[in-house]
Amino acid sequence: MRANTWAGRNSVEVRDVPDPKILNAQDAILKISSTAICGSDLHLYDGYIPTVMNGDILGHEFMGEVVELGPEVANLRVGDRVVVPFPIACGRCWSCQQGLFSVCENSNPNGWLQEKLYGFPTGGVFGYSHLTGGYPGGQAEYARVPFADVGPLKVPDGMTDDQVLFLSDVLPTAWMAAEMCDIRPGDTVAVWGAGPIGLYAVVSAYLRGAERVIAIDRFAYRLRMAREHARAETINYEEQDVSETLKAMTGGRGPDACIDAVGMEAHSPRVDYAYDRVKQAMKLETDRPSALREAITNCRNGGVVSIVGVYGGFVDKFPIGSVMNRSLTIRAGQCHVHRYMQPLLERIQNGDIDPTFVITHRLPLEEAPAGYEMFKNKQDECVKVVLSA
Amino acid sequence: MASGRTVARGLVSFSLSLGLLQVPPPNRFSTWIGVPPRSDRRAGVRAVGARELGAAAGLLAQPRPVWMWSRVAGDAMDLALLARAARSGDTRRDRVGGAIAGVAAITAVDVLGTVLVTREAAKNGSGSRSGEEAGRLTGDKSARLVTAAVTVNRPREEVYAFWRDFTRLPQFMLHLEEVRELDAEGRRSHWKANAPGGATVEWDAELIEDRPNERISWRSLEGADVTNAGTVRFEDAPGGRGTRVHVDLEYSAPGGAFGTIVARLAGEEPRQQTWDDLRRFKQVLEIGEIVRSEGTIGERRIRQRPAQPVGDDA
Ligand SMILES: NC(=O)c1ccc[n+]([C@@H]2O[C@H](COP(=O)([O-])OP(=O)(O)OC[C@H]3O[C@@H](n4cnc5c(N)ncnc54)[C@H](O)[C@@H]3O)[C@@H](O)[C@H]2O)c1
Ligand SMILES: [Zn+2]
Ligand SMILES: [Zn+2]
Repeated sequence: MRANTWAGRNSVEVRDVPDPKILNAQDAILKISSTAICGSDLHLYDGYIPTVMNGDILGHEFMGEVVELGPEVANLRVGDRVVVPFPIACGRCWSCQQGLFSVCENSNPNGWLQEKLYGFPTGGVFGYSHLTGGYPGGQAEYARVPFADVGPLKVPDGMTDDQVLFLSDVLPTAWMAAEMCDIRPGDTVAVWGAGPIGLYAVVSAYLRGAERVIAIDRFAYRLRMAREHARAETINYEEQDVSETLKAMTGGRGPDACIDAVGMEAHSPRVDYAYDRVKQAMKLETDRPSALREAITNCRNGGVVSIVGVYGGFVDKFPIGSVMNRSLTIRAGQCHVHRYMQPLLERIQNGDIDPTFVITHRLPLEEAPAGYEMFKNKQDECVKVVLSA
Repeated sequence: MASGRTVARGLVSFSLSLGLLQVPPPNRFSTWIGVPPRSDRRAGVRAVGARELGAAAGLLAQPRPVWMWSRVAGDAMDLALLARAARSGDTRRDRVGGAIAGVAAITAVDVLGTVLVTREAAKNGSGSRSGEEAGRLTGDKSARLVTAAVTVNRPREEVYAFWRDFTRLPQFMLHLEEVRELDAEGRRSHWKANAPGGATVEWDAELIEDRPNERISWRSLEGADVTNAGTVRFEDAPGGRGTRVHVDLEYSAPGGAFGTIVARLAGEEPRQQTWDDLRRFKQVLEIGEIVRSEGTIGERRIRQRPAQPVGDDA
């Protein structure tokens, strides 16, 4: 089959690779119909996540048709159309039973490696380095899906790929970001980053009862999308001072909750950016946390900082004093997608959410390398690229 | 004076950052140390990076003499590579000189830390514990003791029953090739295991303690290739969270402490192996099989290959 593979820093290549085979009794093989490129893929593309190998198949947002089943899959039939959550979860361990699917205790064959870096291992993820298991991803014609009874969600008849594809990751991730904010009536939520995650976080925060939601980015076209499709108020951090503006907008108090939807490759006009770039280039810190620092120092006393932007390792100049002395709560996580698929599917069906607005580009799988370049450099007003296999 | 451990910890962060620097983008690192990137050098720089990461991982896990000596060996490798680079025409001598001075300084710290850690280890028994607790089952005071624990989300009776059938141990203890029962009650059994370097070791074992749902102990009999013994204890995890499994393994390594170090260098670190075995034990009980991925393969020694399906010929 054809698959989009990592070929070194800033380089992906669509190559011929063998077709997937059933390895575990609870596997399903999918023929992929749609798959997307995610901000998380850019961290791999840019070479910031360790343990990615030349030839690794990328992609963790995908859906398609079941073409083969392992002997122990009970809930699916060949021919079913399903969308797949990006974390691989067994459904039987204690963490899965608590709803903490992305930290499944059984799904990461490289847990032994990962616990050396993080203390304890996380679960497996499709196409996301060997630290999360060395699983091939879904930017391909076919993919093997472990624990097929636990993850994949059957797509109701009549719904299009565009409507449900983002249940695999970005929509649940943004929803969880808003959920972690514990929004109460009258709350103002600020969202750093107006990519797909940030945009859906604005939508989610309103649906969860926020009074005002403020999106922060530097790309005018993304901020426009946040205003027009998600009712956000916006701040362009290259034109306005973020702290001053947020204070002015919140009566001097600061937003009740702050969402980091940027992650480890933040850009910033401030001096700490130069510092982080140098340290990151010298690999003396793995992540550039300027958006996170800003989310912390701008949050109101006693507020919540919700982190869904991905971080890989270690950061410097972390404002722990601001967190501790001002009674902030930090919540974070790779999304426990399984928890949110069904309820969000219903919200799409009843019209609360129309996820299709973020799609700006459609390309055939063969053109994945062009898609990565465009999405990385935010060219041609790119917000989300969907690849069809 | 600084303890070996303190020095080792300091080296962890250094190793991690340097390693991360060299693995994905070797070119930039090369330029930084004054060696223009060239395709024949890239592999060298990357190997150095992978080694730094490995050393960091090892040190993070436990500051042990082997890991520390691996750093000293690594320093020698760095110095050799840099010296070679210094001799070739296209390098910036000032930078390479700086890099050599830096590495030489690090080497000094490494040697100091290594000597300290090795001395401490000599006092405490290298890595795995021995002394007081060791020898309880084997009677050998110099035996190595490895302990590990895991929580399994299944009822205690079921977890106990699975372990009590020794013939099933090879399902998750990957260095075990086979366990055969020698009598109907499973009191005596014959064990066959893979030793480092491809050798096979065998022994007969007897059950010396069997308290249903609580505790199982066994011990090798006279004439074993490796004298060894084990105890596994089962208890309810509080709050209905399944069963806690505690394992104590005792063994007299062939070749004593030296044998243990050689086994580690061959990639068979007994402590890591035991923890990994328990992780697989948990998988077998909770999900009925051992989870597999295309990018992580190998039975006894886990290896990484590109995360893409394996072809028919592979
Ligand atoms: N937690 C999860 O489960 C999960 C799931 C999916 C994605 N993610 C992460 O979410 C993050 C965003 O993903 P995406 O797909 O929206 O990516 P994206 O690249 O499209 O969006 C990131 C946006 O952040 C903006 N930005 C950069 N620096 C900023 C700063 N200092 N202040 C404000 N905005 C800034 C960029 O201009 C860009 O518009 C990534 O880190 C991704 O890895 C996490
Ligand atoms: Zn994603
Ligand atoms: Zn699980």
